[in-house]
Amino acid sequence: MSTSLKLKELSRKEELLTGGHRMCAGCGAPIIVRQILLASDRPLIASNATGCLEVSTTIFPYTSWKIPWIHSAFENAAATISGVESMYRSLKKQGKLDKDLKFIAFGGDGGTYDIGLQSLSGAMERGHDIVYVCYDNGAYMNTGIQRSSATPKGADTTTSPAGTVKQGKQQPRKNMTKIMAAHNIPYAAQASPSNWRDLMTKARKAIEVDGPAFLNVISPCNRGWRTPTNVTIELCKTAIETCFWPLYEYEDGKLTVNYKPKEIKPVTEFLKTQGRFKHLFNPGNEGLLKQIQDDIDRDWELLLKQEACDKSN
Amino acid sequence: MGKLLAVTGNQAMAEAMRQINPDVCAAYPITPSTEVMQRFSSFVADGAVDTELVTVESEHSAMSACIGAAAAGGRVMTATSSQGLALMWEMLHIASGNRIPIVLTLVNRALSAPLNIHGDHSDSMGARDCGWIQIYSENGQEAYDNLIQAVRIAEHEDVRLPAMVCMDGFIISHSIESMEYLDDQVVRDFIGSFTPTYPLLDNDNPVTYGPLVLPDYFIEFKKAQHEATMAARDVTLEVAKDFAKISGRSYGLFEDYKLDDADIALVILNSAAGTAKDVVDEFRNKGIKAGILKPRLFRPFPYEEVGDALKNTKAVAVLDRSDSYGGFGPGYMEIASALMINSSRPILINKIYGLGGRDFFPEHAGAVLNELKEIAATGNVKTFKEYIGYRD
Repeated sequence: MSTSLKLKELSRKEELLTGGHRMCAGCGAPIIVRQILLASDRPLIASNATGCLEVSTTIFPYTSWKIPWIHSAFENAAATISGVESMYRSLKKQGKLDKDLKFIAFGGDGGTYDIGLQSLSGAMERGHDIVYVCYDNGAYMNTGIQRSSATPKGADTTTSPAGTVKQGKQQPRKNMTKIMAAHNIPYAAQASPSNWRDLMTKARKAIEVDGPAFLNVISPCNRGWRTPTNVTIELCKTAIETCFWPLYEYEDGKLTVNYKPKEIKPVTEFLKTQGRFKHLFNPGNEGLLKQIQDDIDRDWELLLKQEACDKSN
Repeated sequence: MGKLLAVTGNQAMAEAMRQINPDVCAAYPITPSTEVMQRFSSFVADGAVDTELVTVESEHSAMSACIGAAAAGGRVMTATSSQGLALMWEMLHIASGNRIPIVLTLVNRALSAPLNIHGDHSDSMGARDCGWIQIYSENGQEAYDNLIQAVRIAEHEDVRLPAMVCMDGFIISHSIESMEYLDDQVVRDFIGSFTPTYPLLDNDNPVTYGPLVLPDYFIEFKKAQHEATMAARDVTLEVAKDFAKISGRSYGLFEDYKLDDADIALVILNSAAGTAKDVVDEFRNKGIKAGILKPRLFRPFPYEEVGDALKNTKAVAVLDRSDSYGGFGPGYMEIASALMINSSRPILINKIYGLGGRDFFPEHAGAVLNELKEIAATGNVKTFKEYIGYRD
């Protein structure tokens, strides 16, 4: 009975994150949320970590959410939704509720990679039937562009500024999708709103699977990335074509790389589009650019090797 | 009639939880409250309750999951102590601010540093402004009775707030006392079934919990929260009246012990009040009019009633098992406020005792009463705030 992922049919579905919210023009997050909510054929109950998405969609007395939604704090969207899901299971078991519901949490990379990591890890380990979605814009954008452990190496943020001695963030990104996959959950994937059918298929798999699922979705932020507001989808595409943001999924621990660029573009193609990397093109930073490219090459090769290994087993 | 048994305070709390049979419990172990959830886990494992037990990875997540579960639309309980409550602190405010009834057993324990696992009230007193209803208990029987009543108080439509029931770590939690359990059915009829308001699980009527509220509406939220908290005072009395009918045990906003005609009085919380009562009896035998006021409902604090109960005394000592460093003890500050309501009031002094589980002996109570006797006679106060029962 599931709706097919055809634009014509999807266009007839009700938007569950309504317009009029205060997210910035060009922000990736609401696009991602709308795609995911549209993908679901099941009624969803959502929790939301403190962050841009939360503050901009629920300015009292208004709300953009047409589904039941709860925000409690920053670091606990996973724990909060695990409580909601536990009550659902309890009431169902007792025969007090006769509904078929699914549960989803949204958090930015700050709420997911950093302050919320423990809460998320705990909820995944406990095996709740929940989907956790990280919209990863690579910094604490809500508080004004501070570095997170998802910030790419070299990026200029307000707490990892490009100065005369240091050239932006010193460390590479944490690989959150792999960390989640290492919890041996039934589904973990990396996606992008530019490849909407891929994202929506993954969202549907994540929602339908029995047990915890994780989606990591690239989410351009024009304020933090210092880009125009009309290039969101192009930025995502370049991230994929340069293998900065590969699309892949773990189904029951088996890896599939969902998209392999015919010709991988150099990462500079991605970096040069954004003000946060501008300083990397100054003379003297060639070594840094090479390191960034080397990291991406290594990660991509590892991904392909792991996929081949999983296929042969 | 209920059953008369010899049990520990923790055992009694676990038993009350079994009888209440909450829909969800989310908890993380911490001394000295661990045994409550440990025993309750066995009830879950044996199918004695319908509860979904969420064995979270921290107290912060415990309270977060409790909030999610209660907002989803069901009865939720948890237990903790000390650092556990401290780690929940952020979420305690969020539970009360969102008007979510959750009932928590707090086995009182000192807060670090230095690390200490024994009983004092620094944990609950540190959380007294978190918007939770706070009910204190002298012994296992009171803790058991209070926990059952707390469900009704927290869930009352005029209140809809979380409540914590406090009892002393080790002194009560790990001591065996004889007490009476009510029959399961009696407890279940007393608490009734849970009526959710705006449950998240009602997806046909979607609600948004925890929005961003800016200066244009924030203070209205907080005023409403204060009014709901104040409403808990009358609800507590109403619930206590019903509870007396099923148990034969009567509870008020506080306990007044030989206070009616007292010249001097101690204000003292929880287990140490039991010790102090014995000493008051000795003073009474000597013809000295001594009495005790043992607070039960600390939030909301019944200022008027407490002020009236103490207005005819000449000298009062508030004994605090916690401190506000650089200030008076938390109990002292409340009693001082309560006394401002009447023009006639006693001289009020503050003693800090029993921190980190240091024993409170009858001679401590005796010394304070003797000092009060002197103050009542002379009007001279040596010091308004003093630590007692420490090594020099």
